[in-house]
Amino acid sequence: MRASLLPYWRLLRAGIREQSTYRLAALGGLVANATFGFLKVAVLFATVRAAGGDLNGYDLGAMSAYIWLSQGLLGSVNLHGRSDFAERIKDGSVAVDFLRPLDVQAASIVQEVGRSLWSLVPRGIPSVLIGGLVVGMTMPTSPGPYLLGAVSLLIGITIGAAVVYLVATAGFWMVETRGLQILYMVVSGFLAGLFVPIALFPGWLLVLAQATPFPSMMMYPIDILSGRVTGAAALGLTAAQLGWLAALGLAGHLLTRAGRHKLEVQGG
Amino acid sequence: MSPIIETRELTRDFHVRDGLRRKRIRAVDEMSFSVDAGAAVGYIGANGAGKSTTIKMLTGILVPTSGEVRTCDLRPVQDRRRLAREVGVVFGQRSQLWWDLPVRESFTILASIHALSSADERARTDELVDRLEMSEYLGTPVRQLSLGQRMRAEVAAALLHSPRLVILDEPTIGLDVLSKQRLREFLVQERQTHGTTLLLTTHDMGDIERLCDRVLVVDHGHLAYDGTLDGLSRTVGAQRVLVVDLAEQTPDLLGIPDTAHLGSESRGLRQRLAFDAERTTAARVLGAVSEQAEVLDLSIEEPDIEDVVRRVYAASR
Repeated sequence: MRASLLPYWRLLRAGIREQSTYRLAALGGLVANATFGFLKVAVLFATVRAAGGDLNGYDLGAMSAYIWLSQGLLGSVNLHGRSDFAERIKDGSVAVDFLRPLDVQAASIVQEVGRSLWSLVPRGIPSVLIGGLVVGMTMPTSPGPYLLGAVSLLIGITIGAAVVYLVATAGFWMVETRGLQILYMVVSGFLAGLFVPIALFPGWLLVLAQATPFPSMMMYPIDILSGRVTGAAALGLTAAQLGWLAALGLAGHLLTRAGRHKLEVQGG
Repeated sequence: MSPIIETRELTRDFHVRDGLRRKRIRAVDEMSFSVDAGAAVGYIGANGAGKSTTIKMLTGILVPTSGEVRTCDLRPVQDRRRLAREVGVVFGQRSQLWWDLPVRESFTILASIHALSSADERARTDELVDRLEMSEYLGTPVRQLSLGQRMRAEVAAALLHSPRLVILDEPTIGLDVLSKQRLREFLVQERQTHGTTLLLTTHDMGDIERLCDRVLVVDHGHLAYDGTLDGLSRTVGAQRVLVVDLAEQTPDLLGIPDTAHLGSESRGLRQRLAFDAERTTAARVLGAVSEQAEVLDLSIEEPDIEDVVRRVYAASR
Protein backbone atom coordinates (compact mmCIF):
# COMPACT_ATOMS: atom_id res chain seq x y z
CA MET A 1 0.00 0.00 0.00
CA ARG A 2 2.80 2.38 0.97
CA ALA A 3 4.65 1.73 -2.28
CA SER A 4 1.50 2.13 -4.36
CA LEU A 5 0.75 5.53 -2.84
CA LEU A 6 4.27 6.85 -3.34
CA PRO A 7 3.79 7.86 -6.99
CA TYR A 8 0.73 9.95 -6.09
CA TRP A 9 2.70 11.67 -3.35
CA ARG A 10 5.45 12.41 -5.87
CA LEU A 11 2.87 13.77 -8.31
CA LEU A 12 1.46 16.02 -5.59
CA ARG A 13 4.94 17.36 -4.96
CA ALA A 14 5.48 17.78 -8.69
CA GLY A 15 2.31 19.88 -8.80
CA ILE A 16 3.59 22.06 -5.97
CA ARG A 17 6.97 22.52 -7.65
CA GLU A 18 5.44 23.24 -11.04
CA GLN A 19 3.21 25.94 -9.63
CA SER A 20 6.11 27.44 -7.69
CA THR A 21 7.85 28.34 -10.96
CA TYR A 22 5.14 30.84 -11.88
CA ARG A 23 6.11 33.61 -9.49
CA LEU A 24 5.07 36.63 -11.51
CA ALA A 25 1.66 35.12 -12.21
CA ALA A 26 1.26 34.48 -8.47
CA LEU A 27 2.09 38.11 -7.72
CA GLY A 28 -0.47 39.25 -10.30
CA GLY A 29 -3.01 36.94 -8.69
CA LEU A 30 -2.33 38.39 -5.27
CA VAL A 31 -2.79 41.97 -6.51
CA ALA A 32 -6.10 41.00 -8.13
CA ASN A 33 -7.24 39.12 -4.99
CA ALA A 34 -6.44 42.07 -2.75
CA THR A 35 -8.09 44.61 -5.06
CA PHE A 36 -11.33 42.66 -5.18
CA GLY A 37 -11.00 42.10 -1.44
CA PHE A 38 -11.17 45.85 -0.83
CA LEU A 39 -14.14 46.06 -3.21
CA LYS A 40 -15.93 43.35 -1.21
CA VAL A 41 -15.05 45.22 2.00
CA ALA A 42 -16.72 48.38 0.66
CA VAL A 43 -19.90 46.60 -0.42
CA LEU A 44 -20.34 44.05 2.38
CA PHE A 45 -19.31 46.43 5.21
CA ALA A 46 -21.94 48.89 3.98
CA THR A 47 -24.50 46.06 4.05
CA VAL A 48 -23.58 45.06 7.61
CA ARG A 49 -23.76 48.69 8.76
CA ALA A 50 -27.13 49.15 7.04
CA ALA A 51 -28.37 46.08 8.93
CA GLY A 52 -27.42 47.75 12.21
CA GLY A 53 -24.05 46.09 12.72
CA ASP A 54 -25.21 42.48 12.61
CA LEU A 55 -26.19 40.71 9.42
CA ASN A 56 -27.33 37.09 9.99
CA GLY A 57 -24.62 36.68 12.62
CA TYR A 58 -21.92 38.60 10.71
CA ASP A 59 -20.52 41.72 12.41
CA LEU A 60 -17.78 43.74 10.75
CA GLY A 61 -14.97 41.61 12.20
CA ALA A 62 -16.59 38.33 11.09
CA MET A 63 -17.43 39.77 7.66
CA SER A 64 -13.83 40.87 7.23
CA ALA A 65 -12.59 37.39 8.14
CA TYR A 66 -14.98 35.92 5.56
CA ILE A 67 -13.88 38.39 2.90
CA TRP A 68 -10.14 37.86 3.28
CA LEU A 69 -10.32 34.11 3.72
CA SER A 70 -12.46 33.80 0.61
CA GLN A 71 -10.09 36.04 -1.35
CA GLY A 72 -7.15 34.03 -0.07
CA LEU A 73 -8.68 30.73 -1.14
CA LEU A 74 -9.52 32.03 -4.59
CA GLY A 75 -6.11 31.03 -5.91
CA SER A 76 -6.38 27.52 -4.48
CA VAL A 77 -10.01 26.46 -4.79
CA ASN A 78 -10.78 25.91 -8.45
CA LEU A 79 -13.78 28.13 -9.21
CA HIS A 80 -12.86 28.78 -12.85
CA GLY A 81 -13.33 25.24 -14.13
CA ARG A 82 -10.18 25.12 -16.24
CA SER A 83 -7.86 22.19 -15.65
CA ASP A 84 -4.75 20.62 -16.98
CA PHE A 85 -6.72 17.44 -17.62
CA ALA A 86 -9.24 19.21 -19.87
CA GLU A 87 -6.33 20.58 -21.91
CA ARG A 88 -4.75 17.14 -22.06
CA ILE A 89 -7.92 15.58 -23.46
CA LYS A 90 -8.23 18.40 -25.96
CA ASP A 91 -4.68 18.19 -27.30
CA GLY A 92 -4.39 14.41 -26.99
CA SER A 93 -1.72 14.33 -24.27
CA VAL A 94 -4.17 12.22 -22.31
CA ALA A 95 -2.74 9.34 -24.34
CA VAL A 96 0.40 9.65 -22.22
CA ASP A 97 -1.65 9.54 -19.01
CA PHE A 98 -3.21 6.25 -20.06
CA LEU A 99 0.28 4.84 -20.65
CA ARG A 100 1.17 5.01 -16.98
CA PRO A 101 0.45 2.29 -14.44
CA LEU A 102 -1.64 4.75 -12.44
CA ASP A 103 -5.26 5.60 -11.85
CA VAL A 104 -5.71 8.44 -14.34
CA GLN A 105 -8.29 10.26 -12.21
CA ALA A 106 -6.27 10.12 -8.98
CA ALA A 107 -3.06 11.12 -10.75
CA SER A 108 -4.77 14.13 -12.31
CA ILE A 109 -6.43 15.25 -9.08
CA VAL A 110 -3.32 15.03 -6.89
CA GLN A 111 -1.35 17.14 -9.35
CA GLU A 112 -4.10 19.78 -9.32
CA VAL A 113 -4.17 19.69 -5.52
CA GLY A 114 -0.39 20.14 -5.45
CA ARG A 115 -0.64 23.27 -7.61
CA SER A 116 -3.46 24.60 -5.42
CA LEU A 117 -1.54 24.00 -2.21
CA TRP A 118 1.41 26.01 -3.47
CA SER A 119 -0.90 28.91 -4.31
CA LEU A 120 -1.63 29.28 -0.60
CA VAL A 121 1.95 30.49 -0.16
CA PRO A 122 2.11 33.45 -2.56
CA ARG A 123 -1.64 34.22 -2.73
CA GLY A 124 -3.61 32.64 0.14
CA ILE A 125 -1.69 33.59 3.23
CA PRO A 126 -0.63 37.07 1.98
CA SER A 127 -4.26 37.93 1.13
CA VAL A 128 -5.34 37.12 4.68
CA LEU A 129 -2.38 39.07 6.10
CA ILE A 130 -3.20 42.11 3.98
CA GLY A 131 -6.81 42.02 5.15
CA GLY A 132 -5.82 41.51 8.77
CA LEU A 133 -3.30 44.33 8.78
CA VAL A 134 -5.16 46.89 6.67
CA VAL A 135 -8.79 46.23 7.60
CA GLY A 136 -8.65 44.06 10.70
CA MET A 137 -10.73 40.94 11.31
CA THR A 138 -12.00 38.65 14.05
CA MET A 139 -10.27 35.27 14.08
CA PRO A 140 -10.39 32.42 16.60
CA THR A 141 -7.93 32.53 19.48
CA SER A 142 -7.76 28.77 20.18
CA PRO A 143 -5.91 26.28 17.92
CA GLY A 144 -8.92 23.98 17.32
CA PRO A 145 -10.57 25.89 14.46
CA TYR A 146 -7.22 26.25 12.69
CA LEU A 147 -6.44 22.54 12.89
CA LEU A 148 -9.86 21.34 11.74
CA GLY A 149 -9.95 24.28 9.31
CA ALA A 150 -6.72 23.11 7.68
CA VAL A 151 -8.17 19.62 7.20
CA SER A 152 -11.41 21.08 5.88
CA LEU A 153 -9.46 23.34 3.53
CA LEU A 154 -7.46 20.42 2.15
CA ILE A 155 -10.69 18.48 1.54
CA GLY A 156 -12.26 21.57 -0.02
CA ILE A 157 -9.36 22.02 -2.43
CA THR A 158 -9.53 18.32 -3.33
CA ILE A 159 -13.30 18.54 -3.93
CA GLY A 160 -12.67 21.47 -6.27
CA ALA A 161 -10.13 19.42 -8.21
CA ALA A 162 -12.52 16.44 -8.29
CA VAL A 163 -15.43 18.51 -9.66
CA VAL A 164 -13.24 20.15 -12.26
CA TYR A 165 -12.02 16.69 -13.25
CA LEU A 166 -15.67 15.75 -13.85
CA VAL A 167 -16.09 18.83 -16.05
CA ALA A 168 -12.98 17.80 -17.98
CA THR A 169 -14.24 14.26 -18.59
CA ALA A 170 -16.99 15.78 -20.75
CA GLY A 171 -14.15 16.13 -23.26
CA PHE A 172 -14.32 12.38 -23.84
CA TRP A 173 -17.70 12.99 -25.50
CA MET A 174 -17.47 16.58 -26.71
CA VAL A 175 -14.76 18.25 -28.75
CA GLU A 176 -15.21 21.62 -27.07
CA THR A 177 -15.93 21.83 -23.34
CA ARG A 178 -15.46 25.56 -22.91
CA GLY A 179 -19.19 26.22 -22.65
CA LEU A 180 -19.44 23.79 -19.77
CA GLN A 181 -16.38 25.32 -18.13
CA ILE A 182 -17.89 28.81 -18.32
CA LEU A 183 -21.18 27.54 -16.89
CA TYR A 184 -19.19 26.01 -14.05
CA MET A 185 -17.37 29.29 -13.47
CA VAL A 186 -20.62 31.25 -13.22
CA VAL A 187 -22.42 28.80 -10.95
CA SER A 188 -19.61 27.51 -8.73
CA GLY A 189 -18.31 30.85 -7.45
CA PHE A 190 -21.77 32.01 -6.49
CA LEU A 191 -22.85 28.81 -4.75
CA ALA A 192 -19.45 28.28 -3.12
CA GLY A 193 -19.94 31.59 -1.33
CA LEU A 194 -17.29 33.60 -3.12
CA PHE A 195 -19.37 36.76 -3.53
CA VAL A 196 -21.50 36.71 -0.37
CA PRO A 197 -21.58 34.15 2.48
CA ILE A 198 -24.24 31.56 1.70
CA ALA A 199 -25.77 32.25 5.14
CA LEU A 200 -27.07 35.47 3.58
CA PHE A 201 -28.90 33.59 0.80
CA PRO A 202 -32.72 33.45 0.95
CA GLY A 203 -33.90 30.10 2.33
CA TRP A 204 -34.63 28.38 -0.97
CA LEU A 205 -31.29 29.39 -2.45
CA LEU A 206 -29.45 28.20 0.63
CA VAL A 207 -31.10 24.79 0.29
CA LEU A 208 -30.18 24.72 -3.39
CA ALA A 209 -26.57 25.61 -2.64
CA GLN A 210 -26.31 22.96 0.05
CA ALA A 211 -27.52 20.38 -2.44
CA THR A 212 -24.34 21.00 -4.49
CA PRO A 213 -20.70 20.32 -3.64
CA PHE A 214 -19.79 24.01 -4.06
CA PRO A 215 -20.14 25.20 -0.43
CA SER A 216 -17.90 22.27 0.56
CA MET A 217 -15.15 23.77 -1.59
CA MET A 218 -14.97 27.23 0.00
CA MET A 219 -17.75 28.21 2.40
CA TYR A 220 -17.37 25.31 4.86
CA PRO A 221 -13.60 25.65 5.25
CA ILE A 222 -14.06 29.40 5.80
CA ASP A 223 -16.81 28.81 8.37
CA ILE A 224 -14.53 26.48 10.30
CA LEU A 225 -11.32 28.53 9.93
CA SER A 226 -13.03 31.75 11.00
CA GLY A 227 -14.61 30.06 14.02
CA ARG A 228 -18.14 30.86 12.87
CA VAL A 229 -19.00 27.17 13.07
CA THR A 230 -17.38 25.19 15.87
CA GLY A 231 -17.59 21.91 17.77
CA ALA A 232 -19.95 19.20 16.55
CA ALA A 233 -21.37 21.47 13.84
CA ALA A 234 -17.84 21.94 12.44
CA LEU A 235 -17.28 18.19 12.42
CA GLY A 236 -20.65 17.86 10.68
CA LEU A 237 -19.49 20.18 7.89
CA THR A 238 -16.28 18.19 7.51
CA ALA A 239 -18.28 14.95 7.31
CA ALA A 240 -20.48 16.50 4.62
CA GLN A 241 -17.32 17.42 2.73
CA LEU A 242 -16.01 13.87 2.96
CA GLY A 243 -19.35 12.60 1.67
CA TRP A 244 -19.14 14.88 -1.32
CA LEU A 245 -15.55 13.89 -1.99
CA ALA A 246 -16.46 10.19 -1.99
CA ALA A 247 -19.45 10.75 -4.29
CA LEU A 248 -17.45 12.89 -6.70
CA GLY A 249 -14.58 10.43 -6.69
CA LEU A 250 -16.94 7.62 -7.61
CA ALA A 251 -18.63 9.68 -10.33
CA GLY A 252 -15.23 10.58 -11.80
CA HIS A 253 -14.17 6.96 -11.73
CA LEU A 254 -17.29 5.85 -13.61
CA LEU A 255 -17.04 8.66 -16.14
CA THR A 256 -13.37 7.89 -16.78
CA ARG A 257 -14.19 4.25 -17.41
CA ALA A 258 -17.06 5.10 -19.74
CA GLY A 259 -15.06 7.87 -21.40
CA ARG A 260 -12.18 5.58 -22.29
CA HIS A 261 -14.47 3.74 -24.63
CA LYS A 262 -15.34 7.00 -26.36
CA LEU A 263 -11.82 8.40 -26.38
CA GLU A 264 -10.56 9.51 -29.75
CA VAL A 265 -7.09 10.92 -29.21
CA GLN A 266 -6.98 14.32 -30.86
CA GLY A 267 -4.10 15.44 -33.01
CA GLY A 268 -2.88 12.08 -34.30
CA MET B 1 8.18 -18.51 -27.71
CA SER B 2 4.86 -16.73 -27.83
CA PRO B 3 4.69 -13.49 -29.79
CA ILE B 4 4.95 -10.23 -27.86
CA ILE B 5 2.29 -8.60 -30.03
CA GLU B 6 -0.58 -10.44 -31.64
CA THR B 7 -3.61 -8.94 -33.35
CA ARG B 8 -6.49 -10.66 -35.03
CA GLU B 9 -8.85 -8.76 -37.31
CA LEU B 10 -8.15 -5.66 -35.27
CA THR B 11 -10.49 -2.85 -36.31
CA ARG B 12 -11.13 0.71 -35.20
CA ASP B 13 -13.67 3.18 -36.52
CA PHE B 14 -13.76 6.92 -35.92
CA HIS B 15 -16.53 9.39 -36.36
CA VAL B 16 -15.51 12.57 -38.10
CA ARG B 17 -17.52 15.64 -38.87
CA ASP B 18 -17.87 16.44 -42.53
CA GLY B 19 -19.70 19.75 -42.67
CA LEU B 20 -22.97 18.97 -40.92
CA ARG B 21 -22.93 15.23 -41.38
CA ARG B 22 -21.03 12.75 -39.30
CA LYS B 23 -19.00 10.23 -41.21
CA ARG B 24 -17.69 6.90 -40.08
CA ILE B 25 -14.07 6.30 -40.98
CA ARG B 26 -12.34 2.97 -40.61
CA ALA B 27 -8.81 3.78 -39.48
CA VAL B 28 -7.71 0.19 -38.94
CA ASP B 29 -9.46 -2.55 -40.89
CA GLU B 30 -9.30 -6.17 -39.76
CA MET B 31 -5.55 -6.10 -39.28
CA SER B 32 -3.87 -9.36 -38.26
CA PHE B 33 -0.18 -9.64 -37.52
CA SER B 34 2.20 -10.79 -34.84
CA VAL B 35 5.62 -9.70 -33.65
CA ASP B 36 8.13 -12.00 -31.98
CA ALA B 37 9.93 -10.96 -28.83
CA GLY B 38 13.28 -9.39 -29.65
CA ALA B 39 12.33 -8.30 -33.17
CA ALA B 40 12.76 -4.79 -34.56
CA VAL B 41 9.83 -3.88 -36.72
CA GLY B 42 9.28 -0.78 -38.82
CA TYR B 43 5.68 0.18 -39.23
CA ILE B 44 5.29 2.54 -42.16
CA GLY B 45 2.55 4.10 -44.21
CA ALA B 46 1.22 7.43 -45.40
CA ASN B 47 -0.29 9.96 -42.96
CA GLY B 48 -3.69 8.72 -41.89
CA ALA B 49 -2.97 5.13 -42.91
CA GLY B 50 -3.73 3.88 -39.40
CA LYS B 51 -0.28 3.61 -37.82
CA SER B 52 -0.87 5.66 -34.69
CA THR B 53 -4.30 4.18 -34.17
CA THR B 54 -2.81 0.69 -34.23
CA ILE B 55 -0.15 1.69 -31.69
CA LYS B 56 -2.76 3.20 -29.41
CA MET B 57 -4.77 -0.02 -29.51
CA LEU B 58 -1.66 -2.11 -28.82
CA THR B 59 -1.00 -0.07 -25.69
CA GLY B 60 -4.55 0.13 -24.35
CA ILE B 61 -5.08 3.84 -24.99
CA LEU B 62 -7.78 3.28 -27.60
CA VAL B 63 -10.48 0.66 -27.38
CA PRO B 64 -10.80 -1.44 -30.56
CA THR B 65 -14.13 -1.37 -32.38
CA SER B 66 -13.75 -5.10 -33.01
CA GLY B 67 -11.11 -7.80 -33.27
CA GLU B 68 -8.55 -8.96 -30.79
CA VAL B 69 -5.21 -7.71 -29.57
CA ARG B 70 -2.74 -9.09 -27.06
CA THR B 71 0.43 -7.28 -26.07
CA CYS B 72 3.00 -8.90 -23.74
CA ASP B 73 0.37 -11.59 -23.17
CA LEU B 74 -2.03 -9.05 -21.71
CA ARG B 75 -5.29 -7.53 -22.88
CA PRO B 76 -4.33 -3.87 -23.38
CA VAL B 77 -7.61 -2.22 -22.36
CA GLN B 78 -8.50 -4.41 -19.38
CA ASP B 79 -4.91 -4.84 -18.18
CA ARG B 80 -3.81 -1.30 -19.02
CA ARG B 81 -1.92 -0.65 -15.80
CA ARG B 82 -0.08 -3.98 -15.81
CA LEU B 83 0.80 -3.53 -19.46
CA ALA B 84 2.18 -0.06 -18.75
CA ARG B 85 4.93 -1.70 -16.71
CA GLU B 86 6.01 -3.84 -19.68
CA VAL B 87 5.83 -1.29 -22.46
CA GLY B 88 7.61 2.00 -23.07
CA VAL B 89 6.16 4.38 -25.63
CA VAL B 90 7.70 7.45 -27.22
CA PHE B 91 5.37 9.77 -29.07
CA GLY B 92 7.51 12.12 -31.16
CA GLN B 93 4.78 14.76 -31.00
CA ARG B 94 3.87 14.50 -27.33
CA SER B 95 5.78 14.83 -24.11
CA GLN B 96 5.71 12.69 -21.02
CA LEU B 97 8.05 14.97 -19.12
CA TRP B 98 7.04 17.63 -16.61
CA TRP B 99 7.38 20.82 -18.61
CA ASP B 100 8.29 23.19 -15.76
CA LEU B 101 10.55 20.84 -13.82
CA PRO B 102 14.19 19.86 -14.31
CA VAL B 103 14.73 16.74 -16.45
CA ARG B 104 16.06 14.84 -13.44
CA GLU B 105 12.80 15.43 -11.59
CA SER B 106 10.75 13.72 -14.33
CA PHE B 107 12.96 10.65 -14.04
CA THR B 108 12.48 10.55 -10.27
CA ILE B 109 8.70 10.77 -10.59
CA LEU B 110 8.60 8.12 -13.32
CA ALA B 111 10.83 5.82 -11.28
CA SER B 112 8.36 5.97 -8.41
CA ILE B 113 5.43 5.52 -10.79
CA HIS B 114 7.07 2.32 -12.00
CA ALA B 115 8.02 1.33 -8.44
CA LEU B 116 11.74 0.99 -9.17
CA SER B 117 13.91 0.34 -6.15
CA SER B 118 16.32 3.16 -5.43
CA ALA B 119 19.27 0.99 -6.50
CA ASP B 120 17.57 0.10 -9.81
CA GLU B 121 16.56 3.70 -10.29
CA ARG B 122 20.11 4.94 -9.84
CA ALA B 123 21.68 2.27 -12.03
CA ARG B 124 19.19 2.68 -14.86
CA THR B 125 19.19 6.48 -14.75
CA ASP B 126 23.00 6.52 -14.82
CA GLU B 127 23.03 4.12 -17.76
CA LEU B 128 20.55 6.18 -19.78
CA VAL B 129 22.12 9.53 -18.89
CA ASP B 130 25.48 8.21 -19.96
CA ARG B 131 24.40 6.59 -23.21
CA LEU B 132 22.08 9.37 -24.30
CA GLU B 133 24.60 12.03 -23.23
CA MET B 134 22.20 13.94 -21.03
CA SER B 135 24.43 14.81 -18.06
CA GLU B 136 24.91 18.46 -18.93
CA TYR B 137 21.19 19.27 -18.96
CA LEU B 138 19.75 17.10 -16.19
CA GLY B 139 19.13 20.17 -14.04
CA THR B 140 17.50 22.21 -16.83
CA PRO B 141 13.71 22.63 -16.93
CA VAL B 142 12.23 20.63 -19.80
CA ARG B 143 10.75 23.72 -21.46
CA GLN B 144 14.25 25.11 -22.00
CA LEU B 145 15.63 22.06 -23.82
CA SER B 146 16.34 21.96 -27.54
CA LEU B 147 14.23 19.49 -29.54
CA GLY B 148 17.14 17.06 -29.82
CA GLN B 149 17.81 17.19 -26.09
CA ARG B 150 14.16 16.78 -25.26
CA MET B 151 13.74 13.76 -27.54
CA ARG B 152 16.66 12.03 -25.85
CA ALA B 153 15.04 12.77 -22.48
CA GLU B 154 11.71 11.45 -23.82
CA VAL B 155 13.34 8.22 -24.92
CA ALA B 156 15.05 7.86 -21.55
CA ALA B 157 11.73 8.50 -19.78
CA ALA B 158 10.01 5.79 -21.83
CA LEU B 159 12.82 3.29 -21.22
CA LEU B 160 13.50 4.04 -17.55
CA HIS B 161 11.55 1.01 -16.34
CA SER B 162 13.41 -1.27 -18.80
CA PRO B 163 10.30 -2.28 -20.74
CA ARG B 164 10.32 -5.47 -22.78
CA LEU B 165 8.60 -3.74 -25.66
CA VAL B 166 9.45 -0.24 -26.85
CA ILE B 167 7.11 1.50 -29.24
CA LEU B 168 8.32 4.65 -30.95
CA ASP B 169 5.88 6.80 -32.89
CA GLU B 170 7.92 9.07 -35.16
CA PRO B 171 10.85 9.33 -32.76
CA THR B 172 13.12 11.22 -35.15
CA ILE B 173 10.59 13.75 -36.43
CA GLY B 174 12.16 17.18 -36.69
CA LEU B 175 15.61 16.04 -35.55
CA ASP B 176 18.80 17.03 -37.34
CA VAL B 177 21.03 14.38 -38.93
CA LEU B 178 23.38 14.12 -35.95
CA SER B 179 20.60 13.82 -33.37
CA LYS B 180 18.91 11.13 -35.48
CA GLN B 181 22.15 9.23 -35.72
CA ARG B 182 22.74 9.35 -31.95
CA LEU B 183 19.24 8.15 -31.21
CA ARG B 184 19.49 5.26 -33.66
CA GLU B 185 22.84 4.17 -32.22
CA PHE B 186 21.33 4.21 -28.76
CA LEU B 187 18.38 2.07 -29.83
CA VAL B 188 20.64 -0.47 -31.53
CA GLN B 189 22.71 -0.69 -28.34
CA GLU B 190 19.67 -0.99 -26.12
CA ARG B 191 18.44 -3.89 -28.22
CA GLN B 192 21.80 -5.62 -28.08
CA THR B 193 22.22 -5.31 -24.32
CA HIS B 194 18.64 -5.88 -23.16
CA GLY B 195 17.01 -7.82 -26.00
CA THR B 196 14.28 -5.19 -26.20
CA THR B 197 11.61 -5.54 -28.86
CA LEU B 198 11.21 -2.43 -31.02
CA LEU B 199 8.21 -1.28 -32.99
CA LEU B 200 8.56 2.06 -34.67
CA THR B 201 6.67 4.22 -37.08
CA THR B 202 8.60 6.72 -39.11
CA HIS B 203 8.73 8.75 -42.28
CA ASP B 204 12.48 8.37 -42.37
CA MET B 205 13.89 5.53 -44.48
CA GLY B 206 17.15 5.86 -42.52
CA ASP B 207 15.38 4.80 -39.32
CA ILE B 208 14.10 1.67 -41.02
CA GLU B 209 17.39 0.82 -42.71
CA ARG B 210 19.46 1.18 -39.57
CA LEU B 211 17.08 -0.19 -36.98
CA CYS B 212 14.62 -2.67 -38.40
CA ASP B 213 14.82 -6.23 -39.63
CA ARG B 214 11.18 -6.41 -40.59
CA VAL B 215 8.85 -3.92 -42.22
CA LEU B 216 5.07 -3.67 -42.11
CA VAL B 217 3.46 -1.32 -44.59
CA VAL B 218 -0.05 -0.19 -43.80
CA ASP B 219 -2.46 1.36 -46.28
CA HIS B 220 -5.94 2.54 -45.38
CA GLY B 221 -5.95 0.31 -42.32
CA HIS B 222 -4.82 -2.80 -44.20
CA LEU B 223 -1.44 -4.47 -44.20
CA ALA B 224 -0.02 -3.97 -47.68
CA TYR B 225 3.36 -5.57 -47.07
CA ASP B 226 4.99 -7.69 -44.38
CA GLY B 227 8.60 -8.82 -44.79
CA THR B 228 12.21 -7.72 -44.86
CA LEU B 229 13.41 -4.33 -46.07
CA ASP B 230 15.40 -5.91 -48.91
CA GLY B 231 12.35 -7.83 -49.93
CA LEU B 232 10.37 -4.62 -49.89
CA SER B 233 12.80 -2.85 -52.22
CA ARG B 234 12.77 -5.88 -54.51
CA THR B 235 9.00 -6.19 -54.47
CA VAL B 236 8.32 -2.62 -55.33
CA GLY B 237 11.54 -2.09 -57.28
CA ALA B 238 12.40 1.03 -55.35
CA GLN B 239 14.18 3.03 -57.95
CA ARG B 240 16.98 5.49 -57.80
CA VAL B 241 16.73 8.67 -59.77
CA LEU B 242 19.59 10.15 -61.80
CA VAL B 243 19.30 13.91 -62.19
CA VAL B 244 21.45 15.36 -64.97
CA ASP B 245 22.16 18.99 -65.80
CA LEU B 246 22.88 19.28 -69.52
CA ALA B 247 24.93 21.84 -71.45
CA GLU B 248 22.14 22.60 -73.94
CA GLN B 249 18.42 22.38 -74.13
CA THR B 250 17.77 18.78 -75.08
CA PRO B 251 14.62 16.90 -76.06
CA ASP B 252 13.36 14.42 -73.45
CA LEU B 253 15.81 11.52 -73.06
CA LEU B 254 13.34 8.77 -73.76
CA GLY B 255 15.49 6.05 -75.29
CA ILE B 256 17.96 5.32 -72.48
CA PRO B 257 17.96 1.53 -71.77
CA ASP B 258 16.43 0.37 -68.46
CA THR B 259 15.33 3.84 -67.44
CA ALA B 260 12.09 5.76 -67.23
CA HIS B 261 12.05 9.48 -68.01
CA LEU B 262 10.40 11.22 -65.07
CA GLY B 263 10.50 14.79 -66.27
CA SER B 264 12.40 17.73 -67.69
CA GLU B 265 12.93 21.26 -66.44
CA SER B 266 14.05 24.43 -68.18
CA ARG B 267 13.30 23.04 -71.64
CA GLY B 268 15.41 19.98 -71.09
CA LEU B 269 18.41 21.57 -69.35
CA ARG B 270 17.70 19.36 -66.32
CA GLN B 271 16.21 15.91 -66.71
CA ARG B 272 15.30 13.18 -64.25
CA LEU B 273 15.66 9.49 -65.09
CA ALA B 274 14.56 6.66 -62.84
CA PHE B 275 16.46 3.38 -62.94
CA ASP B 276 16.37 0.10 -61.10
CA ALA B 277 19.69 -0.61 -59.39
CA GLU B 278 19.22 -4.34 -59.93
CA ARG B 279 18.92 -4.06 -63.69
CA THR B 280 21.47 -1.39 -64.53
CA THR B 281 24.02 0.90 -62.89
CA ALA B 282 24.29 4.64 -62.54
CA ALA B 283 27.46 4.50 -64.65
CA ARG B 284 25.75 2.75 -67.56
CA VAL B 285 22.85 5.17 -67.49
CA LEU B 286 25.24 8.12 -67.39
CA GLY B 287 27.21 6.63 -70.31
CA ALA B 288 24.06 6.31 -72.39
CA VAL B 289 23.02 9.88 -71.55
CA SER B 290 26.46 11.22 -72.43
CA GLU B 291 26.11 9.80 -75.94
CA GLN B 292 23.10 12.05 -76.51
CA ALA B 293 24.06 15.21 -74.62
CA GLU B 294 26.89 16.86 -72.72
CA VAL B 295 26.43 16.36 -68.97
CA LEU B 296 27.55 19.30 -66.78
CA ASP B 297 26.49 17.98 -63.40
CA LEU B 298 24.60 15.11 -61.87
CA SER B 299 23.10 13.84 -58.66
CA ILE B 300 21.46 10.60 -57.56
CA GLU B 301 18.33 10.52 -55.42
CA GLU B 302 17.84 7.55 -53.11
CA PRO B 303 14.37 6.02 -52.82
CA ASP B 304 12.47 7.71 -50.02
CA ILE B 305 9.93 6.11 -47.79
CA GLU B 306 6.98 7.96 -49.27
CA ASP B 307 7.99 6.67 -52.68
CA VAL B 308 8.32 3.10 -51.42
CA VAL B 309 4.98 3.34 -49.70
CA ARG B 310 3.33 4.78 -52.81
CA ARG B 311 4.67 1.89 -54.84
CA VAL B 312 3.48 -0.70 -52.34
CA TYR B 313 0.07 0.93 -52.44
CA ALA B 314 0.01 0.96 -56.23
CA ALA B 315 1.12 -2.68 -56.40
CA SER B 316 -1.40 -3.91 -53.83
CA ARG B 317 -4.44 -2.33 -55.43
